[in-house]
Amino acid sequence: MVNIRINGQPFAVEDNTSILEAVTHAGIKIPTLCYMKDLNQIGACRMCLVEIEGRDQLFASCDNVCTEGLSIITDSARVLDARRTNLELLLSQHKVECPSCARNENCRLRTIAAELGIRNLENFRPDYMTKEWDPLSPIIRDETKCIRCYRCVAECEKVQTCNVWDMVGSGSHTSVGVAGHENLKNSNCVYCGQCVTHCPTGALSVRYDIDKVIGIHGALADPEKITVVQIAPAVRSAWGEEFGLSSEIATEKRLAAALRKLGFDYVFDTNFSADLTIMEEGTEFLHRMQHREQYQWPMFTSCCPGWVRFLKKQYPDMTSQLSTAKSPQQMFGAVTKSYFASKIGVDPENITCISVMPCSAKKAELEIPNINDAKEGVLDVDISLTTREMCDIMKINQIDIAALEEEEFDSPLGSGTGAAVIFGSTGGVMEAALRTCYFVLTGTNPDADETFRAVRAAGSDRPWVEAEYEVAGIKVRAAVANSLGHARQLIEALRKGEVSYDFVEIMACPGGCVGGGGQPIHFDQERALDRSGIIYGYDSRNPLRFSHENPDVQALYADFLKEPLGKLSHHLLHTDHSGWDA
Amino acid sequence: MSRLSISSLNQVETVLDGIYKYMDQHLTFNPTDTCPIDICAAFLRLYMTQSCGKCTPCRVGLRQLSFMLEKVLNNEAEMEDLTRIEHLARHISVSADCAIGAEAAKMILKGVTGFREEYISHIRHGICLAERTDSVPCVANCPAHINIPGYVALVGEGRYADAVKLIIHDNPLPAVCALICEHPCETRCRRTLLDAPVNIRGLKRTAIDNAEGVQNSSPMDHTGKKIAVVGGGPSGLTVACYLQKMGHQVTIYEKHKRLGGMLVYGIPAYRLPRNYLQIDIDQILSLGIEVKLNTEVGSGDLSIANLRRQYDAVYVSIGAHQAKNMGIEGEDSKGVLSAVDYLGRLGDDETVDFTGRKVLVVGGGNVAMDCARSAVRCNADSVTIVYRRRREDMTALPEEIEGAIAEGVNLLALHAPVKIEAENGEVRALWARPNMVGKITGSRMKPSPTGTPDIRIDCDIIIKAIGQEMDPKPFADSDIPLSHGLISASDWTSIESIPGVFAGGDCVTGPKTAIMAIGAGKVAAANIDEYLGYHHVIPLEVEVPDVVLKDREYCARVDMNERAPSERRHDFDLMEIAMSNKEACQEAGRCLRCDHYNCGIIKGGRQEW
Repeated sequence: MVNIRINGQPFAVEDNTSILEAVTHAGIKIPTLCYMKDLNQIGACRMCLVEIEGRDQLFASCDNVCTEGLSIITDSARVLDARRTNLELLLSQHKVECPSCARNENCRLRTIAAELGIRNLENFRPDYMTKEWDPLSPIIRDETKCIRCYRCVAECEKVQTCNVWDMVGSGSHTSVGVAGHENLKNSNCVYCGQCVTHCPTGALSVRYDIDKVIGIHGALADPEKITVVQIAPAVRSAWGEEFGLSSEIATEKRLAAALRKLGFDYVFDTNFSADLTIMEEGTEFLHRMQHREQYQWPMFTSCCPGWVRFLKKQYPDMTSQLSTAKSPQQMFGAVTKSYFASKIGVDPENITCISVMPCSAKKAELEIPNINDAKEGVLDVDISLTTREMCDIMKINQIDIAALEEEEFDSPLGSGTGAAVIFGSTGGVMEAALRTCYFVLTGTNPDADETFRAVRAAGSDRPWVEAEYEVAGIKVRAAVANSLGHARQLIEALRKGEVSYDFVEIMACPGGCVGGGGQPIHFDQERALDRSGIIYGYDSRNPLRFSHENPDVQALYADFLKEPLGKLSHHLLHTDHSGWDA
Repeated sequence: MSRLSISSLNQVETVLDGIYKYMDQHLTFNPTDTCPIDICAAFLRLYMTQSCGKCTPCRVGLRQLSFMLEKVLNNEAEMEDLTRIEHLARHISVSADCAIGAEAAKMILKGVTGFREEYISHIRHGICLAERTDSVPCVANCPAHINIPGYVALVGEGRYADAVKLIIHDNPLPAVCALICEHPCETRCRRTLLDAPVNIRGLKRTAIDNAEGVQNSSPMDHTGKKIAVVGGGPSGLTVACYLQKMGHQVTIYEKHKRLGGMLVYGIPAYRLPRNYLQIDIDQILSLGIEVKLNTEVGSGDLSIANLRRQYDAVYVSIGAHQAKNMGIEGEDSKGVLSAVDYLGRLGDDETVDFTGRKVLVVGGGNVAMDCARSAVRCNADSVTIVYRRRREDMTALPEEIEGAIAEGVNLLALHAPVKIEAENGEVRALWARPNMVGKITGSRMKPSPTGTPDIRIDCDIIIKAIGQEMDPKPFADSDIPLSHGLISASDWTSIESIPGVFAGGDCVTGPKTAIMAIGAGKVAAANIDEYLGYHHVIPLEVEVPDVVLKDREYCARVDMNERAPSERRHDFDLMEIAMSNKEACQEAGRCLRCDHYNCGIIKGGRQEW
């Protein structure tokens, strides 16, 4: 313990406590901008400056630790003046376009300017840098808004271990750019969007595609088009945040009502294709287990396009270990433009399939050349919107969410079981698959709440969780990891032979899809765990807890696909991951 | 009203004078990862302030040139702008009235041709090619990338053994480097911006002199792989140390009767006493390395090809131990020695007595100084260095030249040896031709004869110290590729045409410093380990102290003293006197901790290797 004083008051703190933590713990606020605990404590933005009694210099509180006798002053005139001047300097390099900025509602630069009472920008002349960027890239970087806090660099390096972003340029021209001066497309980027959700400004954003959906040129206004929308599991856990509504108000049924109000012809649910995924992927897993020697192990889940791209880029020799099952988004598109199109007697070309995803990588997934199988020359999924974009559309339409009555999703692609909704959280795909595998092997259902609880990785402080089950004499060793950094640790352990598993689920974003790059953004708050809780709530309240019990999925097999891994399934629902370059 | 007045400095000029001196330090600091266009743009602004304002090309042209460079730096330029820059700069260089405008424009032209890709990259892609390598300047500049701020802080806290342990993580020869490292780390020390670089090598000496009970961490599990290291100098010892630590079995083949290479056969004991070298060698050998002394590799069982067959990998680090010849008449006379022979005999503890002899040393590098100063210690009657250029052209460190002169060595500059006069095969004199200074091409002055008659310099011993090269004999029958008398190895020390054979140190680079050889050894160790299919990571076992929050006050650098010339010239005992622990504490406190401040902290700090 060391003894310090904060604004004159004595405190004792643990050794190696940063000044910022000590002060915050004492209940005193210090503004921060570039700081991310344990990830980015670099003293760059100089918002957290404090005075140390007896020293002329001011010190950043985030990257300096308390030592015995330190007397910290957080609110002297000198400190307040220095913070405000630094903020004005940052603003001189930031193109202030708040009304039209992607982050107009949750920009940290804007809120900190309010906190520090910045009322004029006249002291310094505007001096923002510019840099061209491919407008079609799923991740968009706007140099004019970057304030060089390097949070994206830290998030990508330390959490995702992809090292896409780096400091580039020199001297006062220093900024952030793609490491090695690569084009983002050729870089390690997997489009997870974690840099976007950790950017304090609008410098990093996900490509904004709402004009493809709304407005006079949007799909909704096109009389030729039947619009079909699907909602990913994790979306329902977070969309209310954009409206300041609790999850009790912003329910999935109110979401269905809101989407219907927007004018979508069919409001469906990706939960349907999540159940379908389990039928295919679960069956595939059991098939692989029965033909063990023909495969490399473990089998990896393939729902997460960020993860698939990561594996293909970083460990291409393991590509064959990915389940060949498409992601629920893509299965949904393939079924919509085949089974559903024929059911309603419409040419697939006249259907616009729109997905709402918690994800930025889904925008790239739908463009994978060999992933579209319903009809030659037609995308299975046409447009992928993020949760944020969907909420923006609702705001544009001035929908009063809280005033809506709850409504059901449309049939037949609108039903989902509890096993499907947990796809939104880390461990959910694994648990859903195990629930159905158990049934296939034993003929009875396990206890949905308890049997496979050990694979629920949300909130775990270990890089991955593991569990071993014996079902009908078959031993299954399962592991679940979220975030690409953890995925890398798990893969390295597998490759070194330190661990071995049969089935591994990976989601690229911390906490799984609930923490996805397309979800609502809250500065310095990680909401994934709370959202996971909401997801498991939906599961436990659902009368159907097993994918094989989804009646619409059963009908799909009976009327159309015939059987999991059958010929038609193989054509529509599975893909060759080695057939394209990541 | 007086007709004339004495000019004296006014207040503005006095302050500016201080600023000029300060800026001089900035230029010395000169980090390598700065954008060269940005630098030129800044210098151009300086030239603009110096314009007298009379002639058009300088007064107006330089401003326009400056605008154009800004456009490039702001990613607003097009390729045509590069042509415009070139055209305007050429125009100014030939049409300005005086040197100010012309030299400014020539500087810009030099850049446009010298780093054209940089311009093109800025203009076409908005990308600055300057690589950010200098975030911790001392670490970046050290070929072995030692955690310098870390051990400096440890010395400051009196944790000497931990400091040595931290050094050993990247450099297994801390005692050697404490005394003779050329300390490239200090040349770009950011402290230079305030006053003077931290005396890093001096602090290392303090650590070594005070550390007790430092043990090399024990080797990792045996891998069963065997590696032959040919040549037990600094590079060979380094590679051996780290590979052995990684669990491989290393055998060093050394031609001489002692390990150390040039550390023992090139560096005189008054700079590096043998007991210091022995500290490092004992530490390294304690890991279980096999050593075969007096064993020359090259033919028969010990050909490179055979070693390659017997071992899983081979590292060649035979150094550059062959003297270059002057190519003048009488060179093979008795009494003509090469620096290699002379210093080598001293290295083997032979007593060399020059009593009553007049000694000449030919050359101007550090080796020439070592020879001259050793000759003084061998009791020569007189010692004179003959050099064909000027003293300021000598490649030897200025302090070495000063030290030699203080010990009584004479300097005969601007004289080129032309002939050795002998009698009965024994040296009698050196004939030298007086040179005059000439034009400067590149960065060196080219001397030429003054036209006055050659002079005769009476002498008994001539030591030629005009350079060394690698002895190619060991590779006569091997496939090792040679180029300009040196081994051609890649930057990662592999020899591309022979998998499993690696090379580094002086035999690849030509005669360079110990720390460069050590750096190559470290690179080779990592890459040989990787080649063998492993990825052993040498763990960092020491925690570096946190920074102390304090103001950056100006404080002079502690320099080390030497024993008085009149005393030290009589023996080969260590010349340098270590700083006191109190001095070391103050000196360590001068470190600006660039590992914490600036962008040293951003990307996770130091990487394990």
